[in-house]
Amino acid sequence: MESKHVNQQIAAMRRSFFDEEVLDEKFSQLEQLEGKDNPNFVEEVFTMYFKDSTAFLETIEEAMKTIPIDSIIVDNILHQLKGSSASVGANKVLKEVNKITRQVLGKGNLEGTKASILKLRKEYDSFKAKLEPYFQLKQANSVAQVK
Amino acid sequence: MNSSSGKSYMSTASSSVIWKAGGDVVADQFPAGLRVLVVDDDPTCLMILEKMLKACQYNVTKCNRAETALSMLRENRNGFDIVISDVHMPDMDGFKLLEHIGLEMDLPVIMMSADDGKNVVMKGVTHGACDYLIKPVRIEALKNIWQHVVRKRKNEWKDFEQSGSVEEGDRQPKQSEDADYSSSANEGNWKSSKRRKDDEDENDERDDTSTLKKPRVVWSVELHQQFVAAVNQLGIEKAVPKKILELMNVPGLARENVASHLQKYRLYLRRLSGVSQHPSNLNNSFMNPQDATFGPLDLQALAATGQLPAQSLATLQAAGLGRSTAKSGIPMPLVDQRNIFSFENPKLRFGEAQQHVNNNKQMNLLHGIPTTMEPKQLAGLHHTAQSMGNMNMPVLSHGSQSSQNNPLLMQMAQPQARGQMLNDSTVGLAPRLLSPMGQPMLSNGMATNVSTRNGVPENIRAPSYNPVSQTSSMLNFPMNHTSELPGNSFPLVSTPGISSLAPKVAFQEDVNSEIKGSVGFMPSYDIFNELTQHKPQNWELQNVGMMFNTSQHSNSLRGNLDHTQSVLVQQGFSTGQNRNSTVISKAMFSAGDSTGHVNAQNGNQHLNSLFVDNTVRVKSERVADAAPANLYPDHFGREDLMSALLKQQDVIAPAENNDFDFDGYSIDNIPV
Repeated sequence: MESKHVNQQIAAMRRSFFDEEVLDEKFSQLEQLEGKDNPNFVEEVFTMYFKDSTAFLETIEEAMKTIPIDSIIVDNILHQLKGSSASVGANKVLKEVNKITRQVLGKGNLEGTKASILKLRKEYDSFKAKLEPYFQLKQANSVAQVK
Repeated sequence: MNSSSGKSYMSTASSSVIWKAGGDVVADQFPAGLRVLVVDDDPTCLMILEKMLKACQYNVTKCNRAETALSMLRENRNGFDIVISDVHMPDMDGFKLLEHIGLEMDLPVIMMSADDGKNVVMKGVTHGACDYLIKPVRIEALKNIWQHVVRKRKNEWKDFEQSGSVEEGDRQPKQSEDADYSSSANEGNWKSSKRRKDDEDENDERDDTSTLKKPRVVWSVELHQQFVAAVNQLGIEKAVPKKILELMNVPGLARENVASHLQKYRLYLRRLSGVSQHPSNLNNSFMNPQDATFGPLDLQALAATGQLPAQSLATLQAAGLGRSTAKSGIPMPLVDQRNIFSFENPKLRFGEAQQHVNNNKQMNLLHGIPTTMEPKQLAGLHHTAQSMGNMNMPVLSHGSQSSQNNPLLMQMAQPQARGQMLNDSTVGLAPRLLSPMGQPMLSNGMATNVSTRNGVPENIRAPSYNPVSQTSSMLNFPMNHTSELPGNSFPLVSTPGISSLAPKVAFQEDVNSEIKGSVGFMPSYDIFNELTQHKPQNWELQNVGMMFNTSQHSNSLRGNLDHTQSVLVQQGFSTGQNRNSTVISKAMFSAGDSTGHVNAQNGNQHLNSLFVDNTVRVKSERVADAAPANLYPDHFGREDLMSALLKQQDVIAPAENNDFDFDGYSIDNIPV
């Protein structure tokens, strides 16, 4: 059946996220919170997460362009990113954020910070590119199944 | 104001937890239905938390702004059982919120953050959080939060039972209510660092918090006169609330009321006398080293560091800091002072809270040296603040950081100075006003933004205030002195304008019942406090509100402040300061405008003109000129402050500041 095939596809995608450690167990905890009354909870959370995080990253990138760098703003945003990424289970993104806050900014290493932020951006974009189709597929599938 | 009886237990039926007298918990489905307020500026986290809490069957209210949360809590004092708050929020520091909640509502608060650094967690402890969760928060961690509610109530019950019968009578209706137990005696055992017992005689002076929940007592002039007479009769060292109460023989006056008033009075006296006067009040042991640091020393140190112009220092000292000169011999190295200040933020804030409640010594203890200073300073200020308003406290507490907020400083200091002057019911003490107040601030000024990195320079305020207050008090003092302060009453008549402000305000205490016995003093002052604190503190706002509209709610004011505060808070480090000053000025003005109280406005504007014109504007301009990345240059602040202060003295001298004619007590009405 088509939907069965799609289901399998969705499941495979999901598993790959865990295998690649793009997601961690927090994600499964979120899934457990889903219920009949809000079956799209996880997707809603991620929609919000992506929206905010994209804005955060852009702000950071802008801040990195100013001279001198407004480290407070960058710090604050990184902190925010840390909290939200951790809460949704965005494992690799979180790791990158931690790297920046711990290693680079602390030492005032400008170039290193810039490089790390680039890496963070890359990781985040990749994460988003993976999760969004996943949710779209899920959504389409559930709609199809309702029919 | 706190009508616990009016507040019905809101939660769902299934969740009703009925606390019987005696502390037994009768709950049908506890902890289900526990009413949780969760505050987090991150919508993703907020969403997840809400979901998890709901999964625990709690009754969840979510909130993405601290101010909103605070007003929710205030409007609905007994509507929540527990609060969970993020540490890192743009509009208000989570710890500030924590303090407020603890002081005003006495609810258990759980802090959470992605930051698991030891310092932050410690901060949570010292500020009285009952738990600290690291993000990502697991649902398992949330399942057990009800324990904090139970524990707290248990403690409160224990305290309640241990306390005197007076409390019982007052608190009777509350007991049957839900979570919110009146705090007075309850806090005795509460280990919250906020209300640590200090060395004071009256250990049960958690009254400030408790009085919140009791019918407010208006400390009128006559009442205060009676109080002072009783205290003098007993001897300040021996004056205990019970005896004072007996001597006063005022029906309807509770021991706690007297106790809290006594506490404030002591702080005030201590401040006047320059710290060493009332050993019992604060940590004497701590004080000594601290005094050195924060007292006149600060001036010296500051002067030494170039932050305080030498002439200012001289002025200050000449003006009558003589008393504190004893300490001046111990100039603390700048470094130390900075260190002290790095501690100060938490302490100061804490102290702030503590002053309201208690002496804030305990806080300091945690932080070591700086702490000692805190209580004294805070105490002193607090005392003044009590009659004058909260300004003192906030100033001190937030004193730690930069000299950035010179304008703020100016304004804050001014009111403080005045407050001090006014409160000086014993003329002799007046001269000493200066030292305690300014001290912490001065030292604060020296410290650069150290501790809290949250980008929110809470400390902004502090430093600048010191010099200002110092000078202003000094300046005012002579005036006060000569004006024949009535022995028992607040020097209502004495100093021009300024004094009129304070007493009136002081007696307005009960107008804003939310304030625990502290009266808002100068609107501008409070505003600045607010601004610097990044949050509209209830006390201060209340005070401000009182100032402005003695009986009006300070919402509009708060609104202005909130806005500006958020602006402030979000400033980057380098750019923040510049904006701060302008924001602050705006806030002041807007605050003044928003109140709508004629007198207040006049007063405020008057104040503004006094303070702002000289300081804020100047500063704003300067700031604009300065490179955006610069913090307010130190030199800029100090000199301006001093000159502004001196200038203002002149302005103040002619007693025409009747603009400060606030409602309760106009100069005319005050019996001299």
